[in-house]
Amino acid sequence: MAHTEVDKRDSVKARRKRPFIIEFYSSDVGKKWAMALSGILLLGYLVAHLLGNLKVFLGPENVDLYAEALRDLGGELVPRQSILWLMRIGLLLAYSIHVHAALSLWWRNRKARGSVGYQTRTTYLAATYASRFMAYTGITVFLFILFHLSDLTWGPANPDFVYGDVYANIVATFERVPVAILYIVAILALGAHVRHGAWSLFQSIGINNAKFNKWRNKLAYGLTAFIVLGNISIPLAVQFGILKL
Amino acid sequence: MTTLDSKVPAGSIEDKWNNHKFSIRLVNPANKRKYSIIVIGSGLAGASAAATLGELGYNVKVITYHDSPRRAHSIAAQGGINAAKNYHNDGDSVYRLFYDTVKGGDYRSREANVYRLAEVSNHIIDQATAQGVPFAREYGGLLDNRSFGGAQVSRTFYARGQTGQQLLLGAYQALAKEIAKGSVEMINRSELLEVVTHEGQAAGVVVRDLITGEVTAHSAHAVVLATGGYSNVFFLSTNAMACNTTAIWRAHRKGAHFANPCYTQIHPTCIPQSDESQSKLTLMSESLRNDGRIWVPKTVGDNRPAGDILESERDYYLERIYPAFGNLVPRDVASRNAKTQVDSGHGVGPLNNGVYLDFKHAIARLGEDTIRERYGNLFEMYERITDDNPYETPMRIYPAPHYTMGGAWVDYNLMTSIPGLYAIGEANFSDHGANRLGASALMQGLADGYFVLPYTIGDYLADFLNVDPVPTDHDVFRQAITQVQDRTAKFLATKGTRSADWFHRELGKIMLAECGMERSREGLEKAIREIPHLREEFETDVKVLGTNESFNQSLERVGRVADFFELAELMCRDALDREESCGGHFRVEHQTEEGEARRNDEDFTHVSAWAWNGPNQPQTKHKEQLVFENVKLATRSYK
Amino acid sequence: MDVILSVWRQVGPDAEGEFVRYEANDIPDHASFLEMLDIVNENLNTNNEEPIAFDHDCREGICGMCGMMINGQAHGPQLGTATCQLHMRKFKDGDTIRIEPWRAEGFPVVRDLTVDRSAFDRIIEAGGYITVSTGSAPDANLIPVPKLAAEAAMDAAACIGCGACVAACPNSAAQLFTSAKVSHLNLLPQGQAERFSRVADMVDEMEKWFGACSNHGECETACPKSISIDFIALMNRDYIRSKFQQGRLAGQR
Repeated sequence: MAHTEVDKRDSVKARRKRPFIIEFYSSDVGKKWAMALSGILLLGYLVAHLLGNLKVFLGPENVDLYAEALRDLGGELVPRQSILWLMRIGLLLAYSIHVHAALSLWWRNRKARGSVGYQTRTTYLAATYASRFMAYTGITVFLFILFHLSDLTWGPANPDFVYGDVYANIVATFERVPVAILYIVAILALGAHVRHGAWSLFQSIGINNAKFNKWRNKLAYGLTAFIVLGNISIPLAVQFGILKL
Repeated sequence: MTTLDSKVPAGSIEDKWNNHKFSIRLVNPANKRKYSIIVIGSGLAGASAAATLGELGYNVKVITYHDSPRRAHSIAAQGGINAAKNYHNDGDSVYRLFYDTVKGGDYRSREANVYRLAEVSNHIIDQATAQGVPFAREYGGLLDNRSFGGAQVSRTFYARGQTGQQLLLGAYQALAKEIAKGSVEMINRSELLEVVTHEGQAAGVVVRDLITGEVTAHSAHAVVLATGGYSNVFFLSTNAMACNTTAIWRAHRKGAHFANPCYTQIHPTCIPQSDESQSKLTLMSESLRNDGRIWVPKTVGDNRPAGDILESERDYYLERIYPAFGNLVPRDVASRNAKTQVDSGHGVGPLNNGVYLDFKHAIARLGEDTIRERYGNLFEMYERITDDNPYETPMRIYPAPHYTMGGAWVDYNLMTSIPGLYAIGEANFSDHGANRLGASALMQGLADGYFVLPYTIGDYLADFLNVDPVPTDHDVFRQAITQVQDRTAKFLATKGTRSADWFHRELGKIMLAECGMERSREGLEKAIREIPHLREEFETDVKVLGTNESFNQSLERVGRVADFFELAELMCRDALDREESCGGHFRVEHQTEEGEARRNDEDFTHVSAWAWNGPNQPQTKHKEQLVFENVKLATRSYK
Repeated sequence: MDVILSVWRQVGPDAEGEFVRYEANDIPDHASFLEMLDIVNENLNTNNEEPIAFDHDCREGICGMCGMMINGQAHGPQLGTATCQLHMRKFKDGDTIRIEPWRAEGFPVVRDLTVDRSAFDRIIEAGGYITVSTGSAPDANLIPVPKLAAEAAMDAAACIGCGACVAACPNSAAQLFTSAKVSHLNLLPQGQAERFSRVADMVDEMEKWFGACSNHGECETACPKSISIDFIALMNRDYIRSKFQQGRLAGQR
């Protein structure tokens, strides 16, 4: 089994001639890094979005004013809605990177497993359901986002949609039992995704220190609990009649 | 019988190596690439030699039967590596390491080689440390040492219980660097099956690709055998399953003398055999004897659990017989005493085939945590294998074949009696005499590979500037290929009834009984009668299924067993010939009244180097007289 | 004890494989798993069936030759243990044991339970060494290495290169192996000169053969030396740094 060594280090050097950020992103570690950073942005968005939404519990005026304030960000300094759009574009970009990296890694990993996979059911000891089903929870969340936007941002999925009338739109959509259930299921998938992602990102960007390693998991659980419970509380509150028009 | 020339340079022992390095010829750096060298084996000796030769600029080809050079059995060495650094300021020196090694070898090693070994030992530590071998450290960041295997100074460097692994990885990584650079070509999963000579000089080798079965010839200006020892002749040993004698034996059949084949080392602290199906024995590091106390019940056949046997009913026999060294007597002494205890019915365990190694007192004195820190991984390993917890019940140990001091005869340049054929590491006989001290095997393998062979080989190569190696389509290679193919075909065509392993196990039983820890004239003569019978049976009744053209592990094994048969006979002849007891060679006829080894310096202060005379012909013995100019021969006493 | 084996048999790299059922009877329970296979092979040989090919050598858990999937677990049910140190007492009389080779694109099957792990060698050749030519080393005590650094490097260096991490990984990723080899050298003062080129080259080579890390942590439990995934984080950090730092002024490629 002789092998003659072609000097692979030259080819590595040749690859280095590409712009470094492309070069970096083309590696798996780079993609994981990009996923982690975009994941942090998305997590930040999730938290901010939830904090805003929880204003529904403070009454219709409060949440409608919150939505209005978002459009008014930057006040008179910039054209109305421009900051919001910048944020939306940033979010979209982060999300696109997250999805692109995830898909290409998923494809690579599939290939890396080889054509003949294990024929015996693998016994997993460390891998959690959350980690193993990241791709599926991710896809669920993606489909949900499409629905969610057309439900509460664009309106086609919500027959009672009125632009700008946030509180009313929320109550209207969650009064429909199937929508409430769909929403809860999607949030649970998102929770599973966050549960693994919020821990995993530390490893991907190389933050590992015995002093706070145990907090990485606690943080992930805490974020998950906050995001899941906070988001689920709204449809439940509508269904139980706590929030109504 | 002729006397062999060891080519030991003149001068005082301190100057020999330096003078020699100056007086031998060098190869011009620009010319080194014109030479090709084949290294067989990629353990400590092979990998370190190949890496160094590659760095120097030679064209190197390394051949191993493993899937990766990192697998060689050097990796299993646990305890450590000696060097005369004297970092502990406890009176160590090159001379003391030299002296201890000669004495430990029971005055049967070549002084000049041992001195050189001690001299370069310090460079090995420097080299390994620079390579990133994670040796144990003190809190100040400097290297830690421990005392090991009966040495009275702390000169053993260690990396937990995995020193061999770490040193091998260091050498392997150096080799990987050269492979990436292109100066070394690595050929994996290929086994040497013939050494090829042309006009009396080494011309190359013939190897079989273990995956495809293809037999190919490789030629070079010089061939280096770094193929380890032959303890597996006993079948059950601490060696890895694949360790074998084939490379050395094939060289022997082509004219390389085989030196001191009867010098085998039986390691005292191994886990006793548990049943017939056992495939190998596991060694527990000798360092355990630093804190463990060895005992057996005083009453014959006392089968009570160890905990029920009162202190007054225990015989701490090593402490009783050797009050000065106690449990730390050299390996051969510890082993033989264990055998005596078991043979006289004091053995412990389900098969009454072990002695206790007890940590009760050490735990009481130092606390369980300290013991766990020192030996935790060994205790775990013991528990995994035996299902007994050594923190609670004493370990059971028994000696097992472990290392072979004998091997290819080499001169001071490490060249065998075939010009251009070198043997390094455990494969040669040179440095350990009749008994090897603990933590010296790693030292010797690396000394040969890093610091000796790369110099001395240049002296031989200098003659061949602009001379091409014998082409691989030359008749000598063609014939060798045919021989290898015929031999393989013969094994496959035998179609007998029993596996090669079965015969190997039977051979091992004879060897362990008659040529193991104790040898007697009667027993050896019996073995010399029995082995050829068993070999004949093997030749007509062995069963190897499958084909040559596939990955066929039975076929790999049968060839190795065939060579073990021939070697076994030679070992017994050598043991019979050596009418004395020395080191690992103990003849019952030659002992003092107290049962200690009695050397015969007058007649046997020599190396027995055996020359091949053809199949079924006893070998001829040649002598290399050992001259001791510095160390005075004395009776080893550990009392 | 008696057990029933279901063993993957495949005559060559390109051949189709299948499970074959064997009865392994009268196995002593202190036999190791590989000794059990020896007994089965001996019986196969007697019955004119070719023995099962499996890699093994030292049989004391250090050479890294052995390794197989036993009931869906790399190296079998006992954690922190290579196949050769797994003993039959961990199984019950009458158990059915399914044995498969490591499966990964980077580890093609050679025969039966034997796979080709030379991709690991390629990773080491890409940079898993400290460049120090024989004889050029300074005195070993010239560079003090903090005890804890030496210990951490040793934790990583304990890797035996068996490939269980790849085998157990749902992505067939070799991050644990590569990070252990990278960290062993990158944690030591001696390894600093090539620290970043080492990690960059080794990771790039690794990615030619194996999948990406999803931080499942399965490798850590499969590892016979229980090497921690902390090293993966360390490798990732060094890799990222290798890409972002000013190479020339950091004294690095």
